[in-house]
Amino acid sequence: MIPELGHYALVLALLVAVAQTAIPLYGAAQGAGRLMAFAYQAAYIQFLLLAIAFAALIQSYLVSDFTVLNVVQNSHSLKPLLYKLSGAWGNHEGSLLLWVLMLALFGAGVALFGGNLPASLRARVLAIQALIAVGFLAFMLATSNPFIRVVPPPLDGNDLNPLLQDPGLAFHPPLLYLGYVGFSLVFSFAVAALIEGRVDPAWAGWVRPWTLIAWTALTAGIALGARWAYYELGWGGWWFWDPVENLSFMPWLAGTALLHSVSAVEKRGAFKAWTLLLAILAFSLSLLGTFIVRSGLLTSVHAFAVDPERGVFILALLCIAIGGSLALYAWRAPRLTPGGNFGTLSRESGLLLNNLLLSAACATVLAGTLYPLFLELASGTLVSVGPPFYAKTFVPLTIPLLILMGIGPMLAWKKADLSRVLSRLALAAGLSVAIGLLVAWLLGGGAIMAVFFLGLAAWLVLSSLTDLAERLRLFRVPLGDSLARLSGLPRRQWGMTLAHAGLGIAIAGMTASSVWKDERIETLMPGESMEIAGYVLTLEGVRRMTGPNYRAEQAALAVTYDGRAIDRLYPERRFYPVQQMPTSEAAIRITVGGDLYAVLGEGDPAEQGGFPVRVYFEPLVAWIWAGTLIMSVGGLLSIAARQPARRTAGRPTAPQPAE
Amino acid sequence: MRPLLCLLLLVLVVPALAIADRQRDPLLEDRARALFREVRCVVCQNQSIDDSEAQIAKDLRGIIREQLAEGRNEEQILGFLTARYGDYVLLEPPFRSGTLLLWLAPAIALLGGGALVWSVLRARTAKQIPIPLSRAEQARLDRLMERDSR
Repeated sequence: MIPELGHYALVLALLVAVAQTAIPLYGAAQGAGRLMAFAYQAAYIQFLLLAIAFAALIQSYLVSDFTVLNVVQNSHSLKPLLYKLSGAWGNHEGSLLLWVLMLALFGAGVALFGGNLPASLRARVLAIQALIAVGFLAFMLATSNPFIRVVPPPLDGNDLNPLLQDPGLAFHPPLLYLGYVGFSLVFSFAVAALIEGRVDPAWAGWVRPWTLIAWTALTAGIALGARWAYYELGWGGWWFWDPVENLSFMPWLAGTALLHSVSAVEKRGAFKAWTLLLAILAFSLSLLGTFIVRSGLLTSVHAFAVDPERGVFILALLCIAIGGSLALYAWRAPRLTPGGNFGTLSRESGLLLNNLLLSAACATVLAGTLYPLFLELASGTLVSVGPPFYAKTFVPLTIPLLILMGIGPMLAWKKADLSRVLSRLALAAGLSVAIGLLVAWLLGGGAIMAVFFLGLAAWLVLSSLTDLAERLRLFRVPLGDSLARLSGLPRRQWGMTLAHAGLGIAIAGMTASSVWKDERIETLMPGESMEIAGYVLTLEGVRRMTGPNYRAEQAALAVTYDGRAIDRLYPERRFYPVQQMPTSEAAIRITVGGDLYAVLGEGDPAEQGGFPVRVYFEPLVAWIWAGTLIMSVGGLLSIAARQPARRTAGRPTAPQPAE
Repeated sequence: MRPLLCLLLLVLVVPALAIADRQRDPLLEDRARALFREVRCVVCQNQSIDDSEAQIAKDLRGIIREQLAEGRNEEQILGFLTARYGDYVLLEPPFRSGTLLLWLAPAIALLGGGALVWSVLRARTAKQIPIPLSRAEQARLDRLMERDSR
């Protein structure tokens, strides 16, 4: 009964979405207020219906209703509660349902809080939002219905892939989806603006927080995914330039560019057409990320739903959404009034360069991800595009970007005095070079690129601090005045400083952990030891144990440093009988200076004369998580920036619509 | 009987090899590790043979170490692997006519985008016509000027 209720709610939601697309668009074209107002009611109803459908799916998982095919395929009665819950969206059908639920939630948000938007813009935004929902719901009902029943029901389910039974991965997909869906709203605003033929700072004032929400969620989601790969896959890597990772990274790159260009629209009315294009691209890449992972086009660890039959439907959806919006853009964008002028050296030109570099970086990742597919289709040749490719293409592109990141925020709008800015940054630059040289001296040379990137990381942190000090007029006015300025500093400023400095910290971690990673592999009998980076690990013993839905062997490794016992690590090898799958649970000792990472390898101790133990020492890897966390906090602070600041910024060029 | 014995030996010996077959010479081992990161584990999902525990990755590591010990250089070894498995085995795609667009993508994006920006900005400054003020704006300006001059 409950699954049928969910199914029925899904069908109703599709019908409501069709009406929510057609009626308000017609109403806005005719200037008919009551038809436009229909959009608000429809948005609430659609959200309600999808919430019912989602609740029905969750309920089916919670009670392990094995008459529902989706539950059978992805759950098991013995699975821990958290993973029963996350299993609901840890699969193709369920994740799509979560996607449309978020889509409807954001739509309802615009209906509820959009009172300060012009009525026609609000109606059109909701109509486009519903149009996206029509595509998704039709796709779900036609090919990916989560509520299909099985007769006769099996006694138990097939369980979720054990690699995905992890707290990090329970929240990784919802965060990514929050990001993707956040861009859907930005997209709806862009398309609505193209139909209206008008982009003004008030429009940007709405788009900016949504871009920020999407960006923050994507930042946290990608970091969580990288962290999951780090501790779960068992070889201490956190980023593999895997196509699936790239697919979530591209919307982030485009979204980062969008975040910067939309602030130029808001403050100066510049880059209007370009911002619309970026909004369309960010969402197109999000759609690509949502669908390609699921279509089976790319086969990798993440692609847990492999079904080529859906491919055609997906391709059609992508063509309509991306092609349609780009066609609309080509037709309407030239009519937009050009924005304010700016000098060759100005905040605007800095942002333009930022956007150019980010777009080129994004294009590089796109080429690396999709080119092998096209080449295989066109000529049947198989090539691999792996980390060495990105090291030679993507990484060099980031260098000017990172240098610019320190300078850009200090440039004035319209016309900037570069020599003044540079003289203020001289200290930060000097210190960064000194830090780089110090590292090179401590390590006795070697790895020039790594040393250079550590210098760049220091530059990001120091230049962000310089910018902050400038705004406080630190050491130029009495300290008390600076402190008063500190408390009055806008949240947006904090957001930017934290995001830039956080990236610097993360880059230090990325560089050090990939270049100076150390590794030892030994076969140990109980009582035997191995040594890495000054640590001595002694195998005390291995014991068998049973978890809720797995069996495990757990090793106990005593860790000593300088002869002092400091810790004990318990790496595990698990075996999940339902999925017939072994996994390895690494044991990690996390410190600021670097992680000690131990893995119990495969193999029969009787044959090999011991238990295979792999240990890694990864310097500064915790800085990646700290840095990305700081970036996310910066994003959150910027989202929470007070509205009035935006209004006053928008007033000189365009009056706010009457409320 | 002999093949069976060989097989048995292989099964018994191979797992131990993967751990114990490190090169004695640390310089050779460093070169081997650098090569491992360039070579794809052809049956895996986007892993290098450095990261993979699959049997074929172990075999390939053994082959590379062996060939390095025999004095072959990196180019010869990668050539040997490409002849066996095709370009697919290389994590860095070779620069050929088929991959030209792939390798040039960053440059095309950067230069194309740069040229576009430049032409748009130039076109805009060339036909820079001041937008006339609306009547309301003109009135507001007049009021402000008046107040200033007072």
